[in-house]
Amino acid sequence: MRAKSKTGRVLEPTPWCTVGPYFSVTVNDSNSVRAIAAPDAKGERVKLICAVFDRDGKPVTDTLVEIWQANADGKYNHPADRQEKSIDSPFRGFGRQITDENGACEFETIMPGRVPGPRGALQAPHLEVGVFTRGVLKLLATRIYFSGDAANAECPVLALVPKTRRATLMALPVAGQPGTWRHEIHLSGPKETVFFDV
Amino acid sequence: MYPPYRLTLTRAPRKPLIVLPHTLSEVTGPVFGHGDIREADNDLTRQHEGEPIGERITVSGKVLDDNGRPVPNTLIEVWQCNSAGRYRHRIDQHHAPLDPNFSGGGRTLTDAQGNYRFVTIKPGPYPWENHPNAWRPAHIHFSLYGTAFATRLVTQMYFPGDPLLPFCPIFNSIPDPKGRERVISKFELNRTEPGWSLGFRFDIVVRGREATPFEGKK
Ligand SMILES: [Fe+2]
Repeated sequence: MRAKSKTGRVLEPTPWCTVGPYFSVTVNDSNSVRAIAAPDAKGERVKLICAVFDRDGKPVTDTLVEIWQANADGKYNHPADRQEKSIDSPFRGFGRQITDENGACEFETIMPGRVPGPRGALQAPHLEVGVFTRGVLKLLATRIYFSGDAANAECPVLALVPKTRRATLMALPVAGQPGTWRHEIHLSGPKETVFFDV
Repeated sequence: MYPPYRLTLTRAPRKPLIVLPHTLSEVTGPVFGHGDIREADNDLTRQHEGEPIGERITVSGKVLDDNGRPVPNTLIEVWQCNSAGRYRHRIDQHHAPLDPNFSGGGRTLTDAQGNYRFVTIKPGPYPWENHPNAWRPAHIHFSLYGTAFATRLVTQMYFPGDPLLPFCPIFNSIPDPKGRERVISKFELNRTEPGWSLGFRFDIVVRGREATPFEGKK
């Protein structure tokens, strides 16, 4: 086995490069995934609208938004989740959509359950989000929480985010449309969303 | 942010990233299988009735994690322009011909040892609007999921000896010269198919999953 470098790695990762403008040659409507949860998945239904904006507040079109989430019991459909909870087969937990001319895209899902975080403390219900667009040079990882959820106050990951910036991670309920939530992602500027170094 | 690549000025976050200790949410991620790909998906020269114009090549290699372990059954998606430098995409207005026999998209899964292989034609360089007389070196875009949400990788593969590399702000946005070397494929004579196609090797290293977090620490 090769010696580890200063970074503690045997091999250095391949660097990121921007996704560029043309990814929809391959990642397109024929293989995008709007339903993170099939209609018969267990849990409270959620329709999620995401909208992406640049530093000038302009909608960011042609952007790939990816979502990864746990099922209603707080279990991920992945072998590394060894919690004694069951997989819900109509629920895969993965979605990806491309933003339209308004910088927006929509997902159908369910409210995720709570999963353990640092030292076993439960995290508040959240979605993992990746944003891929030209002009961005590396993985833009963020999260979506649900505004008003009592669990937010005790989430060990939200606690790492300065209080003044936590609102940038909160989806808001859409008035008059029960179960519909809207979330804005601001890549830069005064409303810049919190992004995580994962 | 990397000002020579102009679009980063309005799109790259400027506030510090919040360091996130990995939780189950980051060490898990979507799992893909053979249902996600079709037979000719890894041969971009066989997706139409006729053959595309251009230099026929194979691009093959191994996907490893940063501990040197192969990453099996991971989805790789690629996209590229044709040999004239034109993408089959509505926003590509480069005055170069489209090739009716080339779409430029491919996908495959790595095998049990982390190996993958694509058959395609060599993409051409193309101009872009970043600065006067800006040209992209020939490249193939790669997208990989790796083993978890945190191992997601999007990159571009370049060709050895391309004279445009020193002038490209996207290539040069990779700060470390050794990192820039790692996105240049290698020509390997033993990967050529005699009388048929040239062979380029591109090994890809995704981040390893950190030791499963918080287990046994409750
Ligand atoms: Fe490109």
